[in-house]
Formats: sequence, C-alpha cells, structure tokens
Amino acid sequence: MSAIELARSIRAGERSAREVVDGYLATIAEREPSIHAFNVVTAEQARVAADAVDARVAAGDDPGPLAGVPIALKDNLCTQGIPTTCSSKILEGWRPPYDATVVTKLAAAGAVSVGKTNLDEFAMGSSTENSAFGPTRNPHDLERVPGGSSGGSAAAVAAGFAPLSLGSDTGGSIRQPASLCGVVGVKPTYGLVSRYGLVAFASSLDQIGPFATNVADAALLLEVIAGHDPLDSTSIPGPVPSYSQVLSDGVDGLRVGIITELMGEGIAPDVRRRVEEAAEHLAQNGATVGEASVPAAMFGLSAYYLIAPAEASSNLARYDGVRYGLRVDGATTAEMMENTRTEGFGIEVKRRIMLGTYALSAGYYEAFYGKAQKVRTLIVRDFAAAYEKFDVLLSPTAPTTAFRFGEKAEDPLSMYLSDVCTIPTNLAGQPAMSVPFGVGDDGMPVGVQVLAPALGEVPMFRAAAVLEAGAPS
Amino acid sequence: MTDTAVPYLTAKHGIVGLDEWELVVGLEVHCELATNTKMFCSCANHFGDEPNTNICPVCLGLPGSLPVVNAEAVEFAIRIGRALNCDVHSSVFARKNYFYPDMPKDYQVSQYDQPISADGWLDLADGSRVGITRAHMEEDTGKNTHAGAGGRIHGADYSLIDYNRAGVPLVEIVSEPDIRSPEQARIYVAELRTILLAIEASDAKMEEGSMRVDANVSMRRLGEDVFGTRCEVKNLNSIRSLGRAIEYEARRQVDLITSGERIVQQTRHWDEEAGRTRDGRSKEEAEDYRYFQEPDLMPIEPGQAWIDRVDAAMPKLPAARRQAMAAVAGVEPTRTAVVVAVDRQLDELGIAAIAAGGDPSRVLTHIEHNLAVEGAGALSPIHVAELTQMEVKGELTATQAKTVLAEMLTTGIAPAAIAAAKGFETMDTGALEAMVDEVIAGHPAEWADFVAIVAAGDDKKAKKLTGFFTGKIMQTSKGQADGKAVNALLAAKLNAGG
Amino acid sequence: MSDAITRDDVAHVAMLAKLRVSPDELDRYTSQLGAILDHARDMEALDLDDVPPTAHPLPLVNVFRPDVVRPGVDRAEVLANAPATQDDRFRVPAILGEEP
Repeated sequence: MSAIELARSIRAGERSAREVVDGYLATIAEREPSIHAFNVVTAEQARVAADAVDARVAAGDDPGPLAGVPIALKDNLCTQGIPTTCSSKILEGWRPPYDATVVTKLAAAGAVSVGKTNLDEFAMGSSTENSAFGPTRNPHDLERVPGGSSGGSAAAVAAGFAPLSLGSDTGGSIRQPASLCGVVGVKPTYGLVSRYGLVAFASSLDQIGPFATNVADAALLLEVIAGHDPLDSTSIPGPVPSYSQVLSDGVDGLRVGIITELMGEGIAPDVRRRVEEAAEHLAQNGATVGEASVPAAMFGLSAYYLIAPAEASSNLARYDGVRYGLRVDGATTAEMMENTRTEGFGIEVKRRIMLGTYALSAGYYEAFYGKAQKVRTLIVRDFAAAYEKFDVLLSPTAPTTAFRFGEKAEDPLSMYLSDVCTIPTNLAGQPAMSVPFGVGDDGMPVGVQVLAPALGEVPMFRAAAVLEAGAPS
Repeated sequence: MTDTAVPYLTAKHGIVGLDEWELVVGLEVHCELATNTKMFCSCANHFGDEPNTNICPVCLGLPGSLPVVNAEAVEFAIRIGRALNCDVHSSVFARKNYFYPDMPKDYQVSQYDQPISADGWLDLADGSRVGITRAHMEEDTGKNTHAGAGGRIHGADYSLIDYNRAGVPLVEIVSEPDIRSPEQARIYVAELRTILLAIEASDAKMEEGSMRVDANVSMRRLGEDVFGTRCEVKNLNSIRSLGRAIEYEARRQVDLITSGERIVQQTRHWDEEAGRTRDGRSKEEAEDYRYFQEPDLMPIEPGQAWIDRVDAAMPKLPAARRQAMAAVAGVEPTRTAVVVAVDRQLDELGIAAIAAGGDPSRVLTHIEHNLAVEGAGALSPIHVAELTQMEVKGELTATQAKTVLAEMLTTGIAPAAIAAAKGFETMDTGALEAMVDEVIAGHPAEWADFVAIVAAGDDKKAKKLTGFFTGKIMQTSKGQADGKAVNALLAAKLNAGG
Repeated sequence: MSDAITRDDVAHVAMLAKLRVSPDELDRYTSQLGAILDHARDMEALDLDDVPPTAHPLPLVNVFRPDVVRPGVDRAEVLANAPATQDDRFRVPAILGEEP
C-alpha cells in the first residue's frame, strides 16, 4: 500500500497508525536479519509515536499529510536521544541532543520513524560495504549490494520495512541505491531541503532526499521535508510548489534530452537499452526527445573525487575524541586524537580524508582543488546550455545493475565509476531522480535518471510519473 | 582606564643602546565583538559564566550542525573597517584547518583571501600613521585550563576545556609593519582601543582577553631596505607587557645577529614574570592550514547603502577630535594636553569652554593637570571659561584657581562666588611689593647671602634661596600672592643690588 | 598537473589529518591515491585558464540571523556524551606545545 493511501486511511480513521506500524515492525522482524538495512530499529518509540497519531485522530485533529506513515531514516540524520552513528565506530554510542530539521518536519507531518538505516561510513561509498557494522544486502538478491551510500534506506523500502525512507545524496547516494534496489529515489535541488542535522560529508554537494516505492509518495515526502530553514545558511528561501499536483500533467510538449556522454563506454548495454526505451515511452506520450550534450559531465568524476574529499577532510576533522564519540587514549592530546582517528575511521574514510587533505595542501591546491572547481564551472555551463534546449534530461542512474559483494571493494576507482552518471548533478546543485524502469539481463532492477535544472522538480516529477506508468514489468 | 593611563605622556622613539638599529613591528589585534550572541549561533556571548553553559550544537561543532552569520557581528566588523579608513569589500568565509582541542570543529571559520575590510590606516596621537592591512572576521576558540605545572601548558598533567568562548565573534586587525618603537606600539593599541570603545564594537578589555595583541617583531640595521626575519610574540596581556616584550625581543634579536646567528622565523611567547620571550614551537609539523571557502556559509556583500549607513552613524574618532581640540586651542594636535583631553573625554568641555571665552592655554592646563585623573563630572564649560578669565585678569593665582576648580567640581557653583567665599581677592602690585619688602626686612642675613650668591652666579644656591623667599612671601600672603609676580619682584630687587 | 603522489606525500597528509599509517598501508594508499589522482589528469585536456572556480552551487548572499540569544543545549546532556569530563569541562590529556 502506498504511503499516500496509508496516511489517507489513518487520517480517515479507517485503520490505526498503531496497526500499520506493528505490521511493518513484523516485516522487519522477519526479514531484517538477512538484509541488515538498519543500524537500529526504534520499535518502542515508533509505537509511542503511532499511538500519539491515533490519539490525535481520535480527538478530531489532523496529524498531518504523513499521519502514521512509517519511515526509515539514514543513520547520518541527527535524532535527539537516539544513536546516530554514520555507520562509523568513531560515533558509536553518540546520542545527539537535537533533531535534524527534516526529522522535526516529519514528526510535524505525522510520520513515524521506525529506525536508522545503514550506510557506507559517513556516506562514503556506493555499496554500503564500507559500514563499520557490516553491509546491507539487496532485497532482490542477497548476494548483491544494495548500492550506496544510502543502501540501508533503499533496501528498507525495497524490502517493505517502511513505505518511505530518507537518504542523503552527495554524488549519487540516493539515486544509485534506488536504481539498484528498484525503488524511486530523489536528489532535490541543492538548498531545497535543509541540511541542518545531516552529518556532513561534502557540504557543497550533500542533499537529503526521499526514497519511496512510487513517484507520488516520493513527491509527497519531498513536499513535507522541503522548505526554507533559518538554521541552514544554504537553504533556499521561498515557497515550495506542490509536486503531487503535477503528477498527472503528462509530458505532452516536454522537451527531453538524452545525455549522449552518459550513454557510451562504461554503461552496460542492457542498462542503455532501458534508457532508450524510457525515452521512446516519453516520446509516445507527447514529449519531444532529442540528444543532449553535456561535454564536461565526463570530467565530473575527476572533479568530484577532489572536491568531495577536500570538504570531507575538513568536515571529519571534528572526530577527535574530545567532545563525543570514540576516544582511544594517549599520553598527550595529539596522540589521543591520532589514536582515536586511526582506530575509529574505516579504510575508505581514511582514503578520502587523505586524498582531500592532499588536494588542499600547500603546493597542490591549484593543481587539484582549484582545477576541480573550474571543471565544476564548466559542468554548470554545459548543463545551462543543455537546458536551453531541453526541459529535462535523461540518462542511466548507474552504469550497471547491482554488483556482487567484494566485486569492487579492492579497487576504489572502479567503485567510484559507479557514480559517473549521478555526480554531475551534485556538482551543479541540480535535482535528479531515479525511476525504476524494468530489469537488466540479470533480472536485477534498472533505474532511469531524470535530471532537471535547479528548482526544476516540477518537470522532473512530470516525466518521472509518465515513466513509472510505462515501466516494463 | 588603566591600560591607557601612561603611554601618551612618555612617548618617545627608539630603544636605549640600539641606536644603529631599526625596530620593525606589525601588530595583529584580536578583538571580541560586543554582540549579544556568538558569531554563528544564538548562544550568549558573555564573559565569566559557568563553564559550558553558553553552548549549542553549532558552537560545540556537533555533527550535523550548521553556522549562520550574526548580522550584528557583520555590522560591527564594517564599523571597525570604516573607523580604520578601510575599504569594505564583498567577502567570504574560509576554513583554517588544524587540530586543537579548544576548537570544536578542528577548523576555525575565518576570512582568508577575501576579508571584509582592507587597506586602511590609523593616525596616532604622536602624529604618526600606521597602515592597516586588513580587518577580518573570525570565530574565537574555547578556553583551556591546565591542571598541574602551576597552570602552565608545559608539563601539565591534563587540561580542561570550556567552550563558552568558542564561536564568539572576533575581528582581527592586522597592521602594516609600520611601527618603529615599543612606545609607538603602545600608542597604536591604546588608540585602537579608544576607537573600539567609541564605536561600541568591542569592550576591548585586555585583562579579560576581549582584546588580544600579537606582535611581529624584526630588526634591521639603520638604512637597510629589506626587513629582517620576524618573530611573532604572543601572550601579551596588557599594553605594558606589549612594550616590554617588544623591547626584549628587539634586544634578543640584535644579540643573535651581532653574534653571527640567524633569526629563525617562529612564534614566541611572552613570559610576564620572567620578563622574556620563549620559543613557543614544539610541534615538528610545518603549518599547512589548507584554507578553502567555507561551503556552509554564503558570501557577504554589504553594498554601498550599508557602508553609507555605517559612515553616517560613525561617532567622531580620536584623531578628528584631537584635530578639533587643537584647532580651537590654537596648538598642535600632538600636544600632550590635547591628547589627554581626547583620551579622557574632556575635549568637548575644553572646546565649549574656549568657545565661551575661556583662555585656551589655561583651559588646556586645567584639563591636563586638574581634571585628567578624576574627570570633569558635570562641570559647566561656562564656569571653566569664567575661571580662566579671572586668572587672566589676575583675580586668581594658579594655586587659587586650582582650589576653586576643585570646589566647582563638587558644588557646581560659579567660580566668582567660590573665590569670594574663600576670601580670594585681588592683590595689587603695590600691596605685593610692600609684602616683599617686609619679608626682606625680616630676613636681612639671608637676603645678603642671596645677593652675594646671585652675583657669584651660583645658580643652585640661588634657586634654593629663591624658594626660601617665595615661600615666606606666599605664607605671609596666605596663598593670595601670584607666584610669577613674586618672582618678578624678587628679581627686580636683586638687580637693583638689594 | 604535478608529479605522481609519493610515499612521503601520503605520510605527510596522514600526519596533517592525524591518522597513523603503517608502512604496508602507506604503500597501498600511495598506489590507490596515485590511481585516483592519475584519473584526475583527464582534466588536463580542458582549457581552464579563463574559467572562474565554482566553490558553491547556490547564488545566495547575505544570509544572516538576528543577534538574539536563544537557549542552547543542556550541559549535562552534552557532557554525558563526552569521553571524559571534570568540573563541568571536557577533559583531555596533556596538551603539548603552545596554543597556535
């Protein structure tokens, strides 16, 4: 059942939030041991929250648009009094004294959090294999990765643990796992959703966004979490349009461009075929489909793997054993800090911290970080040129369907290539979403990525709704 | 006001014994802004509270927290920039990355290549001008308390951290290396402090650490063009230690250079008790702060309207006030009495008193000698003008005037009434001369000596006897005789050969 | 673009980042970071001389908050999360050297 239908029936008093939550908790109890989508399941708090929703309905109040709808939260979103670990040993046991803005908004909309989901440590990864607490498995094939870094949130929705979840997307961390798990995943325009309370990976790229089983639920969830937040200086002021209302608008006259640079070498033929079918489907529904060129997108990966680690190296400096989280003692504070960080961070996090430190260090800044920022400008310009001709763009979300555990773990670069289609969007600060569109030759889900210019969520959702309706079964 | 009490009065340049050397100093002054809240969060910016009570996720650097700029901090930063004659620019924040436990994020949000203010100057009371390189915004760190080792960092067993100060807004004011003496450095800091107080941007208390000074010191031989290698001296807790530390550091560097050693660029710490600077480095690592633009904050573009608004509201600053006071009094603005008048907030009174017909020179004398310490309270400038007029007319001696002024301060009564009540009357020349003759007649032996000594040209003894006779005459007149007139009469009688 | 990253470079950045790496790890990180940085050389094909850098995707400026005090967090709750405290302060081992 969709989140929308659940909320409607709970608000109407046709079913209780408690019975809904209990139903999902039962599913979790049954399948979670084999999937490991969660770092923590907050069953007790969920029941209390559900009871509160039911009490409000009974009292004649409206608990909000997500009344009683269970939702799973990526474990890099701060939740007051509930452990928030980023799947890192260094934050094990930390209980934030505050809620992320999105968490506050969800509660105000009546949603019921059922737990915190697994991720690649500090959201650095594309497979959830980098979690300090063990990997999450793809519900479609337990031998395969769910993608990452929001693998737990994608798997939770795919496994029916919750109809909705939240992830964060720095270089594709919502869209790629959505694609690999066969669910809808949205990376909103940078600044549309407050980052306050999202543990930072790369501040100029990070954005929180929804996972859902369908486009309409994703649109509703985005409406709930979007909007200006005075606590986030990078939050866009102004009202949020209704995305739900445009879902039936169709794509008649919409100009759709397939990004040619993201349809060539490195993209699996079965994935490419699905994107072509998706474009045909949009054309059949009245869209004008053409070829779009975003030449600099090819350099996005290089720019991203300098910019994101550079910001991360600074964002992750605070994990020093002084104020919260892990401390591994030492004779001096400097030693203690080094012991703590050496023991507390996993290999991929260390790799990126060192990469970013190098990119910013004296003598290399211009060659690496400085150059990457210029490439970022080119990507912004190339997208701007493409969006003069097209309303939305189309590409694969990920180059392949879900890969097997260990396949890319030893070769960071091949893992990084998983994000080649999603990264340019983050660099440009624009929205994009992954819509399930059939399966690949291996029977695993394939996602098609719909991209739009900044604050272009409305045409993006219009195209996504039409794609969803035409997805091969 | 203890910090600014002395320097103007002793201002002179150079260091004894280093005549062939030129001292080169640039100062970095950190001042905490007098905002209600911190730079990037809504915690109270308040000194002296219980430890870790003014803290929140942002200033504790908790994961997920984000900074938002305090508008008032920007206002104060712009005020400081404009008061220092700087250009105020569009600016961005940057992160300065290094690990230190009192810094919750292990980076400091500061401004690097695009500071809010740059390229200004400060005109000092001694007539010199010091260039201002930049004045940029940043956040303060928390405070460490070291346990064991007498509270010093070296040899401490452990340290305790209070983050109340973490995130307090700072402006760092960086001067050009234009300062050439310890005295000038002190005058610079005193002047800066006066300005910060005048524009209400900071309470600028060195003793509470809301104003902190670091000095970049180097030496070069007179006539050389290139600067020597500099050392940065930190931990200067008063204007007095600033002067002492610079002088110490100057001598240390000259000693090293003259004994053939090289100066190593380093940070040094002033030890007030020992009266010396010490090597502060113990880290092997080279500094590499990896500055980059703070991605959590958007640029600040004040725009001309904001700058104009700040300029329009700017109070008159000390340099301009000295000019005004000096112009009205017809003296140089570097005159001590003028500097004191402005420093002690007595310039308005002085200007008003002169405007009301007061004698400029006597007004300045009263300000410098009779009002500087205690202040003028509600003293009426008209009364001050009347007082100096009475002096000019010879109705009051300087000593009487001082007495009357003291009475004016406590009672607010007009000087003429006070003088009358005290029986201060005009003593005409005839009466005075009669009194002088009476005293001479009463001390014939001393007078004979006096005449002989003056004839022999023994100034020392003559001075002593002048004092003797003046004292006797003043005693006889009960303080109503004018000292100058007495001296003149005595001189005339000596010249006449006794 | 500069020469390939060396073992010494990696050791230096590890020191800056307060991470300790064993000789084995140093070799591995050097080759892995080398491969990533080598891939980044594709940017050399672009003419970037007249291209301004983009530090941030948003065009916002002058984002301020009013200078009004708001309650912070409970000290006890924060200190309860700390690895070591004493006298309502965060306790750390001896800090060597002077404050920067």
